[in-house]
Amino acid sequence: MGKALGKEKQMDVQKLIQEKKQKRNVTKQFEKVIPFLLLLCAVISVLTTIGIVFTLLRESFTFFSEVNILNFLTGTDWSPWTGHFGVLPLITGTLLITVIAVIVAVPLGLMSAIYLSEYASDRVRKIIKPTLEVLAGIPTVVYGFFALTFMTPLFQNFMELSIFNALSAGVVVGIMIIPMIASLSEDAMSSVPNSLREGALAMGATRFEVTMKVVLPAAFSGIVASIVLAISRAIGETMIVTIAAGASPALTFDPTRSIQTLTAFIVQGATGDTTFGSTIYYSIYAVGMTLFVFTLLMNLLSQWISRRFREEY
Amino acid sequence: MQLINHQNIQKRSGGRVLLNKVFKVLFFLSTTVGLIFLSMLLYRVLTQGTGHLNWDFITNFPAPYPDKAGIFAGLIGSLMLMAIVAPITIIIGVGTAIYLEEYARKNRFTNFIQANIQNLAGVPSIVFGLLGLTFFVYLFQMGYTLIAGGLTMSLLVLPVIVVAAQEALRAVPNDVKEASYGMGASKWQTVLRVVLPAALPGILTGTILSLSRAIGETAPLIIVGAATAIYSIPDSLLSKYTVMPIQIYNWTGRPQEEWQLVAAAGIIVLLTVLLLMNAIAVWIRNKFQNRY
Amino acid sequence: MTITTQENVNIKPDTKGGQNNKEGKKAKHVFEVSDLNLWYGSKQALYEVNMKVPENQVTAIIGPSGCGKSTYLKTLNRMVEMVPSVKTSGSIKYKGKEIFSESFGVEDLRTKVGMVFQKPNPFPKSIYDNVAYGPRIHGIKKKAQLDQIVEKSLRGAAIWDEVKDRLNEKAFGLSGGQQQRICIARALAIEPDVILMDEPTSALDPISTAKVEELVQELKKEYSIIIVTHNMQQAARISDKTAFFLNGDMIEFTDTDELFSNPSDKRTEDYITGRFG
Repeated sequence: MGKALGKEKQMDVQKLIQEKKQKRNVTKQFEKVIPFLLLLCAVISVLTTIGIVFTLLRESFTFFSEVNILNFLTGTDWSPWTGHFGVLPLITGTLLITVIAVIVAVPLGLMSAIYLSEYASDRVRKIIKPTLEVLAGIPTVVYGFFALTFMTPLFQNFMELSIFNALSAGVVVGIMIIPMIASLSEDAMSSVPNSLREGALAMGATRFEVTMKVVLPAAFSGIVASIVLAISRAIGETMIVTIAAGASPALTFDPTRSIQTLTAFIVQGATGDTTFGSTIYYSIYAVGMTLFVFTLLMNLLSQWISRRFREEY
Repeated sequence: MQLINHQNIQKRSGGRVLLNKVFKVLFFLSTTVGLIFLSMLLYRVLTQGTGHLNWDFITNFPAPYPDKAGIFAGLIGSLMLMAIVAPITIIIGVGTAIYLEEYARKNRFTNFIQANIQNLAGVPSIVFGLLGLTFFVYLFQMGYTLIAGGLTMSLLVLPVIVVAAQEALRAVPNDVKEASYGMGASKWQTVLRVVLPAALPGILTGTILSLSRAIGETAPLIIVGAATAIYSIPDSLLSKYTVMPIQIYNWTGRPQEEWQLVAAAGIIVLLTVLLLMNAIAVWIRNKFQNRY
Repeated sequence: MTITTQENVNIKPDTKGGQNNKEGKKAKHVFEVSDLNLWYGSKQALYEVNMKVPENQVTAIIGPSGCGKSTYLKTLNRMVEMVPSVKTSGSIKYKGKEIFSESFGVEDLRTKVGMVFQKPNPFPKSIYDNVAYGPRIHGIKKKAQLDQIVEKSLRGAAIWDEVKDRLNEKAFGLSGGQQQRICIARALAIEPDVILMDEPTSALDPISTAKVEELVQELKKEYSIIIVTHNMQQAARISDKTAFFLNGDMIEFTDTDELFSNPSDKRTEDYITGRFG
């Protein structure tokens, strides 16, 4: 050990470093630009938001110069090709789909989360969780195909149902958001410390009682936030409803009928023979604005809930 | 005198245990609903689609007859689209993440950017389509072209990649960075030679998963005018194009039942591509992930 | 209580038996610290520290946890500034040059003043790349030079024989003690003048600890070493001078023998006799 450290250095590294310093000073100048370049990257996401808001506002503004905003917000007839721009049918269509989806997804998602977090063994969880996440990775066009060609015929065995209907689209949207609720709620429940569970179990409570009286209340904000986020996803979902729920705007809460959602109209409006600059062209932005406001509110609500009621352990 | 009647407790506990068992089964069954649905979906698609799935289907352009139709244009279009989206989003996304994690001061402006990215990730994809329609298609006069679609999808994927890259960067322990600074390394040297290499597996995994989401996206591309049927491969950024999900959407919408089988075959191809991408992501994660 | 102190004194000559190089009393100083104050935000962590750190000796810093000893160490190579809210006042001169001055780049300072950390923190790279990291960032790229530096540093850290056949393997595969010696080799690779060690053995088993302590004794022939330790016996075993910190104050700084056998301050005495900490 001592030999290698002998006083005579074969090579003076510090001297080499000094020699290279000149070159380093050049790169140092270059390195000063880097934070600026990185900031430019970060600004692009801000520009995207500004772009979205600007686009929606400007084109909606043009639309509202042609169509009275009050008529738009309170009108009950949406038939753009005959000049009727009352958005309420599209909103009720979206609501109907969302409600059906929530009825399907919240109980199933929550119970899955409870099973995974409170009952399942590690081994089972390691198999089921990724499989559920596969469900979240399936393209929505595939879900739409499945709703139209499988769910609807299946339901038609039991009831009167038009080919395009809110029911099967809503159910499939619900199944699509199950993984989101299950996974986020499970995260919230798993972060409830074990000591709380053990406290209750040690007094003779059953798993079920611990879940209902200890875990769920403690994870409540996380669960609600996940549900709100999932609702926002359901509102913004496009392909399933475009394919399976139809294109007939109707002010109805009858799930067996064909309806049209906000998103489905945007697709229809953008693909049909809509000419650039026509009222219908601008109407897709007004509808887009409505959709954007709904989902933004939901997202902000979800963030607010999880921040406001966050449990600190 | 006893305050607690043990006999009563004994009597009730049988019911409580039973209740626990009933709910355990119920919770388990709920979990299986998702899984059953998944297997039904896969089974249905496979049984419907395999009949049409052959080499011709993969190499054929769209055709008016179900047995001649193919997904070649969509497959190549999807891959070309990713060839545009991947470099743009990786460079800008990782750059943003490095800025936020390593350079930015913790002030209101940084918080604003962060909150903005979080909210962008929650904006419905179709709204990005409207953004692309206004800016890329009309304002920049790109028209219904590959590049307009690619840029629109890039903006859509960007926030997801930023978040994934941030997580990967955050997982690099501080003491490794300290070691680098402790030797007189500058910030950029530390980022480039220590932090990025250490975070790379995580970044790549996150990126591939985000891109696999993008490959299945349909709505924004409908808005920015991806064609439903084209008969040649795009030869420039300004060519018309189509992608797999759009072809599937188009086939699904046709009234004749035969076309549903074609759509199912298309779905099999799409899912196979997704499966491959996910497998690569998992492989990278397992092979290169650093343990600290 | 006096009796316990006596015991300490009795133990010491044994543990310090192997010590040599004690005659360098008039050694030059690498660091001259005067009136150093440090704040984390509004909370003051160091009060009016004055210290002259001798060259080519081992200086130990002891004190209970939270006393500011690690903070102080990290101030010497300005690593403490990684915490954004840190403010300092006073002066630290490294070989006569003020380290807080504009003209003395922080990177240059750290090139001269290396650091070994509490937990072994090798990069997720090969052993070779870990050791070659320092030279490379300072622009040394020639393979032959790097090879020479890597071997010399690994020999210097007494780990060459253990790793010479697997230089291309990841450093994570090594044991904790080996990893720490790789980190020492990494610090040696740019041949700094001073090596700061922040509780370098606190995460190691006794055998690895002994190896690192032995290494420190070797290293001081060429390097000035400042070591923070929570282990008083370790300070007594390996250091020439010892400073005792308490609540951000430097209570006492003198020859190690002196400090452990005849502390001049009551609080030092309480600490080394195990009254607190």
